[in-house]
Order: sequence, then structure tokens, then C-alpha cells
Amino acid sequence: MATASETPHIALTLRDHLPILQVLIPLCVAPLIVLLGGRRMAWGLAFLASALSLVVSFLLMMQVMDGSFISYHLGGWAPPVGIEYRIDAANAFVLFLISLTATLVVPFALRSVADEIPARSHTLFYACFTLVLTGLLGVVATGDAFNVFVFLEISSLSTYVLVSQGLYRDKRALSAAYDYLIMGTIGATFFVIGIGFLYMTTGTLNMADMAERLVGQGDNRTVQAAFAFIVVGMGLKVAIYPLHLWLPAAYNYAPSAVTVFLAATSTKAAVYVLLRFMFSVFQPEFVFDTNLLLWILAPFALLAMFAASLIAVFQTNFKRMLAYSSIAQIGYMLLGISLFSVTGLSATMVHLFNHGITKAALFMAVGALVLRSGNTFYDRIEGMGRVMPLTGAAVVLGGLSLIGVPGTAGFISKWVLVQAAFEADLWWIALLIVASSLLAVIYMWRVIEVLYLHTPHPEAIHKEAPLSMVIPMWIAAGACVWFGIDTSLTMGAANTAAIGLMGGTDGMALTPTVGGLLGNGH
Amino acid sequence: MTLEFFIGHINYWLFIVLMMTGFYIVVACGNLVKKVVGLNIFQVAVFMLYISISKVTGGTAPIFPIDRMGKIKADPEIVYSNPLPHVLILTAIVVGIATTSLALALIVRIREAYNTIEEDDILEIDARTARAENIIHGEAMGGRA
Amino acid sequence: MKEHHLILRVVTKTLVGTIILFAFYVQFHGDYSPGGGFQAGVIMAVAFILYGIVFGLHEVQRVLPAWVVHKLVALGVLVYAGTGIWNMFLGYEFLHYGSFTPDHMSHGQHSGILYVEAGVGITVTGVMVAIYYAFAGRTPRLGNDDW
Repeated sequence: MATASETPHIALTLRDHLPILQVLIPLCVAPLIVLLGGRRMAWGLAFLASALSLVVSFLLMMQVMDGSFISYHLGGWAPPVGIEYRIDAANAFVLFLISLTATLVVPFALRSVADEIPARSHTLFYACFTLVLTGLLGVVATGDAFNVFVFLEISSLSTYVLVSQGLYRDKRALSAAYDYLIMGTIGATFFVIGIGFLYMTTGTLNMADMAERLVGQGDNRTVQAAFAFIVVGMGLKVAIYPLHLWLPAAYNYAPSAVTVFLAATSTKAAVYVLLRFMFSVFQPEFVFDTNLLLWILAPFALLAMFAASLIAVFQTNFKRMLAYSSIAQIGYMLLGISLFSVTGLSATMVHLFNHGITKAALFMAVGALVLRSGNTFYDRIEGMGRVMPLTGAAVVLGGLSLIGVPGTAGFISKWVLVQAAFEADLWWIALLIVASSLLAVIYMWRVIEVLYLHTPHPEAIHKEAPLSMVIPMWIAAGACVWFGIDTSLTMGAANTAAIGLMGGTDGMALTPTVGGLLGNGH
Repeated sequence: MTLEFFIGHINYWLFIVLMMTGFYIVVACGNLVKKVVGLNIFQVAVFMLYISISKVTGGTAPIFPIDRMGKIKADPEIVYSNPLPHVLILTAIVVGIATTSLALALIVRIREAYNTIEEDDILEIDARTARAENIIHGEAMGGRA
Repeated sequence: MKEHHLILRVVTKTLVGTIILFAFYVQFHGDYSPGGGFQAGVIMAVAFILYGIVFGLHEVQRVLPAWVVHKLVALGVLVYAGTGIWNMFLGYEFLHYGSFTPDHMSHGQHSGILYVEAGVGITVTGVMVAIYYAFAGRTPRLGNDDW
């Protein structure tokens, strides 16, 4: 065992503790908020936690951008016995997205939450918010399979509470939260059954160790069952097309600030877990033995892209329309996975980030419109683009990025995805990607038409949203443009992550060999 | 499939039966509380799977005797069961309790808001609200919605 | 109300103390025998819940007000995390209990588990009592059709 070493101990510095601090800061702040009480204090602490997380995740990302990884041993127990936190390019990138969104959402929430939730619930609201943040960061940071489940449930349970807080505006938030709870718990339980099967075969919970022991176990039916359970379980959390039923209601009835955070991060963390298990724990060769995923995942991905976009076209509520558009966008990420190439995975990783900031900008605009118009039915937000020029412009920018117009972040990810499709000689998939983007043009145009080409609704408050909402919204909208022009950060991180993930076992090996198995699948 | 194989894997058969029972209740029952009961059975099935994994034939409780110096003197002759799945399941049980109590709390609030805990009634009320919304907000759009 | 259930009230009054004592037994023997914070916390909560069931929510909340319970939940988590942070200040990994006594790691392990289990126990007690308060404090009016 690792503890009783004979060599003199070298004291760890703050830098060594970064992986645990990433999770520990919000974890400590959540009970502090409850203990100290006070609404303003709660908001301040929540902001402090997310800002510190952002700093930590940025430092981590800078350390692992070269394709190396950091391993942190909880309690000093070395892996595979102890729990390991393992940061590499793939999860540092997702950690950065999550903490960035949190840092934007908390200032935004100040006015939005005050408007939508009664004051007595604010303290616990922010405590729950930091718990969701803890859970999501933990899911992504940890290298231990069971830890993933625990953090997943921490974030999910707090999310259900946050979603149900929409009840003060619409009682349907309660049934939405309940449905989400039932489906989310089934998903998490499926996931834990899968981990149980993996533990049966390998006798370990450390993901890197698991990956090594699973080599050559592709014919083992327990492993195959584990794979099926994990993919279906996480599929529920990701909202893969036929398993997406909880998502529209949950996004629609949750308080605006919660929707921003959920849309930008929670499905993304689940996509990351799916990637991690598919590519790092199970070997890509195992998964893609007979092009299995291309023929199972790709149809669902394409269905999501078209069916969900079509439903979005016929919505009469901006917020609900964006929820359906989210399901469609998850389709693009799945498509990237199912193409099974470094380019495809890069597309998934970069779309994960780009879609995150795009949806953050759009849902923040929704929150601003809710504040001024009361709700976001198209007849209520008519002409609001003219009285709220900044919010309206943010919707336009976010919409352009959602469609994938050149010069925006959305274009980059779709471009890489089309490239991946051509690389795999599937030109028709590339065509379908472009075709489904046209559907996005239709549903975004409807909103923009309503916002600009009508006269404002008389009952709405004709005033620009407060600065505390506009500034985070514009940081997100600005990021859509920035990352559409300067792609060195996003594409660099996504590429390194994709190479690490496609490396399969080598990507998780105890000594890093970057891109060791590149081209193995071709 | 021989009888021995069946009896030798009795835990796993029961796990499957319990899991499917719970899952069926969640899917088929219209009563929200019964759904939670089903969810609990579903989760208990998983606990059983984990505990079954940890059992080593002839194994005893994994408590190692410690001598005066704090050194572990494990007897290599004795077979110990695997304690790790038990610890994992302790965590999973806690998660299950949290889920159950949150679900029940939501049901209490749903009962207050909807005055029913039958899924069919709730869906009907929701559908009625949605239709009413469509009429209000659709017509104002010039019938396009 | 006070006159009824004499046996229940007498038995409860004698039992509550014993239950709490047993909870402490389970709590402090958790590091080297079956037991620990989870079990102890539940047993401790049982004492309060039993008191509440027999004497009424109002009586038990005089002993343990709801706001105290909520603070306890948070406090336990902080004790747990605080132990880990203390280890970090000592220059070791998060929750590396051995760092309490670097020259004799296994002693540190024992004390570390005690602190952490104390945190777990406080939180579990708090959560269980809080759940009881939340449900018991919210009795819906029963209509004629509900029977």
C-alpha cells in the first residue's frame, strides 16, 4: 500500500492539489451557503465558487494541453487501489466549459432568480446550484468508475430540485422535475449495473486499470452487457434521440438561469462520460468491431437532427423551441462519435464546447425576455428585439452560431463534422448535415422575424434587460464569434482530446503515449 | 441449461426478476407513488447484484487481525469475501434514499398543485393547459402557430 | 392528548436515551468494527423521530428546531471536507489521514476516520430528521373523495 512509504515526504503545493480543488471548492461552498444563510451572501459565495473553479480549470487546461495528464491520488492511496482524479485534455476542456458557464450564469441569475423565485428560496437555490456544479465537475474530473456514478447523482438530484423551482411560474415544472427524476434515476441505475458487470470481469474500478484488463475481452458477454447498459444509461442522461423525453419539459419549465446552466453543461458532461467509457474504457476496436456504432448511433443521430429540428420549427414558444433544438444538436455530437475517426471525435468535442456557449447565450436571452415580457411565447415577445436591442442582437448572434454561419463557433464544429463525414466516404451524411442546418435557419428565422418585424406587445415592459444579464449574455455571444474566428484554443484542445480518446487503452495507459493507436481503425 | 447452473446462479436470476419487476412497475403504473416503489425495487435489485459479486465461496468477513505494532496479520489460509462492493452499495443505498425522499417530496407538491397523483389525470391537466395556451398565443400569431 | 397512550409515552421516554447511547456506540466503533457514521446517524435520527411520532412534531422541534437541523446537515459535510483540507495543509493529499501522525501513519488513519465519520454521522442525522420534519410538517387536507 502506498501510505507507509519509507522515503521522506515532499509537501504538496497548491499546484499539485489543483485536480481536487476543482471539485472541492464548490463542494465546500455549498454547505457554507446553508450554514451562513443570507441571500446576498449565498449569491456572493456561489459566484466565488464558480470564479475560482474557472481559474482552476484554466490552470489545469494549460497544464494538459500538450497531451499529458495529471493524476491525483485521493487519500494518498495510489491507483488502482485508491480513487484517482485524472485530468487530461479531454476532461480539462469539459471542466473549462462547465466552470466558464457557471461563472457566467451566477451573475445572470442575480436578477433572473430574484424575478422568478420567491426570496425565501434563494439561499437554498444557490446551495443547490453549487452542488450541481460540484457534481458535474466531479463526474468529469474523476478517474474512478463508481465515483462517476456518485457525482452524477449529486448533480442530478440537485438538478431535479432546481428544475422544480420553476413551479412558482408554472406548476408543470413539478411534473417535469418528477419525470426527469424517474428517467434520470433509471439511467443512473442502468449505468451502475454496467459498472457492476465491468467490476465482475475486471475486479477494478479505476478506469485506466479497467481499460487495460478489458483488452481482448471483446467476446465476453458480461462485457458486452456492461457496454449496452452503460450506453443506454448514459444515453438517458445525454438525451439521445429516443431517450430524450424528459428534456423539453425540464428545459422549458425550469427557471431561466437553471435552463442556461443545464443546457450548456449537464448533457455535455454526460456526453463526456459516454465518450470516456466508449473510447477509453472499452477499446475502440471492441466498440467498432463491425461498424456497430455507425449503424446504431448514426441513424439515431440523424433522426434527432431532423425530427427534433422539425418539431422545433412548429413551436410557438422560444424557450421550448430551443429545448428541441438542443436535442437536435446532441444528434450532431453523436454523429461525430459514430463516425469513429479523430476528426469525428474532434467535431464532437468542439461542438460540445461551441454548442454550450451558443445555447448559453440564447437561453440567457430567453431569461432576459422572460424578465421583460413575462414569458417567451412568440406573441408575447413580438418586437422585443427593437426595444431590447442588445438582447435581440445576442439572439441573432446565437442563432447564426446555431445555424452554423461562417464566422461563428457553430460553423467550426459543423465544418469539422462535414470533413469527418467526407473522410469516412459518407458524402450523403455531409449532405444531411447541411440539410438539417437549413431547418435551423427556419426555426431561428421565425424567432428573429417575431423579434424585429412586429410591433412590441403592449403588456411587455419596454426596457433593455439589466446589465447584470446583458453582460454575461454578451460574453457568451461574443465567445460564439471569438471561437468562430480564433479556433486555436477550442480546436487545439478538441484535437488533443480526440487523439487521446482514440488512443483507446493507450490514452488511459499509466504512461502517456499520445496517439499511439492512431489510425488503428482505418 | 442444467438445474445446477440455475441454482448456482440463483442470485443472478433473482436479480433479473427483481430488476424487471421494478422496471415494469415504473413503466406501467400510473400512480406516482407506485412508480417510486418500482424505482426502489429496481435499485434494490442492483444492490443485490453487487452483494452477489462480493461473495467469495467459503469466504468470511474481511476483518484482518492487527498485532500490537499495528501490522496486519492476515492468515493466508482463510478466504475473505470482497468488502469493496459492500462499501459501494452503502453509497448507492444513500443515493437511493435521497432519490426516494426527493421523489416523495415532489409528489407532495404535485398533489398540492394538481390535487391528484395519478399520471393520467396530470397528463390530462397538462394537455388542457397546453391547449389553452395554444389558443391564446397561437391566435395572436395570426393562426400560424 | 396528554392523557392517552400512557404506555407508549413511558416506553418512549426510557427508550430515547438508550437509542442515542447506542447511536454513539455504533458511531465510535465504526473504524474497526461494523458501524460508522451512516448507521449511527440513522439510529440517532430514529430517537428524534420516535419522540416526534409519540409526542408530536411541535414537542420534538422544541428540542431540535428545524433551522438547527438544516445547519447540522451543512456542518457535517464541512467537517468531512475540513478533515481533508487539514490534510492538505499538512502537505499531503486530500483525506490522507496518515498525515495527522506522519511518523506513525496507521494512528493517523484511525483518527482521520473518526473525524470523517463524525461528519458523516452529523449529516446523516440531520438529513434524516430534516426529511421527517419536511413530511410531517406538511399534512394535506383530506377531502371526502380521498377516502
